[in-house]
Amino acid sequence: MSDEANKGLLSPLRRKLLMGMAAVPAMTMLPRASFAQAPATSAVNTTGLAVTDTEVTVGILHSATGTMAISETGSIEAEKLAIEQINAAGGVLGRKIKFIQEDGASDWPTFAEKAKKLLVNDKVAAIMGCWTSASRKAVLPVVEQYNGMLYYPTFYEGLEQSKNVIYTGQEATQQILAGLNWIAKEKGAKSFFFIGSDYIWPRTSNKIARKHVENVLKGKVVGEEYYPLGNTQFNSVINKIKLTKPDVIFTDVVGGSNVAFYKQLKAAGIDLSKQALLTISVTEDEIDGIGGENIAGAYACMKYFQSLDNPNNKAFVPAFKKMWGEKTVIGDVTQAAYLGPWLWKLTVEKAGSFDVDKIAAASPGVEFKGAPEGYVRIHENHHLWSKTRVGRAKLDGQFELIYETADLVEPDPFPKGYQ
Amino acid sequence: MIITSRFFNRSELMGFIALAAVLFVILPLTLDVFRLNLVAKYLTYAFVALGLVLCWGYGGILSLGQGVFFGLGGYCMAMFLKLEASSVENTKIQSTPGIPDFMDWNQITSLPLFWQPFHSLAFTILAIILVPGLFALIIGTAMFKRRVGGTYFAIITQAVAAILTILIVGQQGYTGGINGMTDLRTLKGWDIRPDHAKIVLYFVEVVLLFACIGIAQFIRLTKLGRILVAMREQEDRVRFSGYSVANFKIFAFCMAAVFAAIGGATFALNVGFMSPSFVGIVPSIEMVIYTAVGGRMSIFGAIWGAILVNFAKTSLSESFPQLWLFGLGALFIAVVLAFPNGLSGLWADYVQPRIDRLFASRKAKPGWNDNSVADGAPAE
Repeated sequence: MSDEANKGLLSPLRRKLLMGMAAVPAMTMLPRASFAQAPATSAVNTTGLAVTDTEVTVGILHSATGTMAISETGSIEAEKLAIEQINAAGGVLGRKIKFIQEDGASDWPTFAEKAKKLLVNDKVAAIMGCWTSASRKAVLPVVEQYNGMLYYPTFYEGLEQSKNVIYTGQEATQQILAGLNWIAKEKGAKSFFFIGSDYIWPRTSNKIARKHVENVLKGKVVGEEYYPLGNTQFNSVINKIKLTKPDVIFTDVVGGSNVAFYKQLKAAGIDLSKQALLTISVTEDEIDGIGGENIAGAYACMKYFQSLDNPNNKAFVPAFKKMWGEKTVIGDVTQAAYLGPWLWKLTVEKAGSFDVDKIAAASPGVEFKGAPEGYVRIHENHHLWSKTRVGRAKLDGQFELIYETADLVEPDPFPKGYQ
Repeated sequence: MIITSRFFNRSELMGFIALAAVLFVILPLTLDVFRLNLVAKYLTYAFVALGLVLCWGYGGILSLGQGVFFGLGGYCMAMFLKLEASSVENTKIQSTPGIPDFMDWNQITSLPLFWQPFHSLAFTILAIILVPGLFALIIGTAMFKRRVGGTYFAIITQAVAAILTILIVGQQGYTGGINGMTDLRTLKGWDIRPDHAKIVLYFVEVVLLFACIGIAQFIRLTKLGRILVAMREQEDRVRFSGYSVANFKIFAFCMAAVFAAIGGATFALNVGFMSPSFVGIVPSIEMVIYTAVGGRMSIFGAIWGAILVNFAKTSLSESFPQLWLFGLGALFIAVVLAFPNGLSGLWADYVQPRIDRLFASRKAKPGWNDNSVADGAPAE
């Protein structure tokens, strides 16, 4: 406490000198003694974050209440699991992670308010949080102004890059392009019908998909329709689908609307084992609500499925179920949220400091070999290199892996030729 | 006419001084900037509550669509701020630099016509008052001239709130859609984000609030205010006396709309943000709840209601992130069941008499509160 008070009195120049001096022992000490003894707090925390000799505080900021709670609960659970595992393995730079959870209440301004509270009042070292693009857009100016660090888990539309954000989900091109290539090759698909919810993510994703279909695959988009969030009437678009008979229905309908959409599709007699449907918005979480029998046969384009067969995932899934119950399912975003605390820990250890500026600078190149989706690495643009996978929905609500890219796909939030 | 001879009666004067002391002195001295900024956010709802006291408490017109006017005022302000934040050098990463970012995402390549005037601050300030005022005038004229009132009016205002939300969300290229307008930065080159700016904005807002309190109190004490109360109690009798009931109702509704709009505009300034989540049905009902908790008959009661309910919302949600909504719900139920006149009713019934007795015993001359048959309280 007195340490912090003193710092405020120092001139900027002296502070800089001190920072430099403080960094020297930290750097020389790390390789030799990082396990034996935690580095001094004054060395690893020069900006007054909530770091003590034994603890470091981070924030968890998701909707625990409101319409988004159903989606964001998985992320909260994954982040708490990751924090518990990190603490069990010795913490970060010898410090246990303590978290403060705030509720964004599915309300974007509340997200901004709580982010500010976490950064200004609680001085958290990092925030794991946000889900919808709207909440991220609300929080972004706050983390930039107060120089915080946000780990954002959701696949999203791209067109954004910030020093203060690590995007652990896929941006649009990573999610879409490989999936479209696969379905065009596998099914010989030439005509596509786009259906989305009416907001920024589906619109941007479909814009990218349309350019790819028209310019690269030399196919045709025979329809593009949007419905308000929460819409439950899809009969007119289903009639149009029957009329245009597209090779592929490409959907990014989100949230509760999915339940109505797939039920009505089935009721209208469209059999997903014959009609190819590629979705970029349905994970295991959504199938819980839709019902496996209504969506079985559809293809989903994600980077993670609960059924992935690799050693990391085989440890992750039981650990998650042990903590949160046998019935929980793990979707793509939940896995991406799990990466947040781990990537932060690895970055802090690489930087040898909790300072946000040093973490932002050290992030590119950080690798996480224990990711349930397999190996991931942070790109210079603060997004993740990750694989694109296509899964086929089964009756039991799980996906069967059908295809995955051979290599990690490079994140490209500002794709040339797709804007 | 004894009543109009003094602007505030004694208990109101005390309320005024107490509120002024808290807002101008105590809170700025005791709270850090972050908490003070939160109070500024709460106070934006106090403007709405103030309007609801006039329109609902005095005029008897229950509007469940105040979010519409709050939103219109807020969006006018946000459009000005967003244009300033979208200068060519700030947005050079876009395919069309110089327009707000959400337009660029929606493939709009030039600034729409109705956005153009919002380059001017003078126009924006006028629009904040006039757009919601005119809109209320149109709704009010359409409804009250046809003698639509009571529940039907409440339902229609709610429908308007729903329609406006759908419009804003649907026209995302022009309005920012569900994301709203984020990342508002400067007002005429003055950065509204740093701490010192937040303090200045807080005081500007409090001054505005007191100006609005003055206007509301003035309306209440003139003949106009008396007619509003009369109308609420016996509408037909007022009509038979030769007054145009519709015109008075329209006036009260427009005033409430303008107050709400000023609240919305200060919201955009203080929070740096505007989104459709303040426009719809739920926020509109919340605004009525603030007023009901504080006491819809009392100007100061309603303002305290707005501050305290929002404060409870923040602190409950910080302490119990998963359960806070239940706590808040319980609070509302308790208030409505136990004190139908809200906190101000509680004050008037239990606290005020004690204070009165204290003064009375000291002065031994209880004549001062002869006219405290409150102007607002329904004559039951």
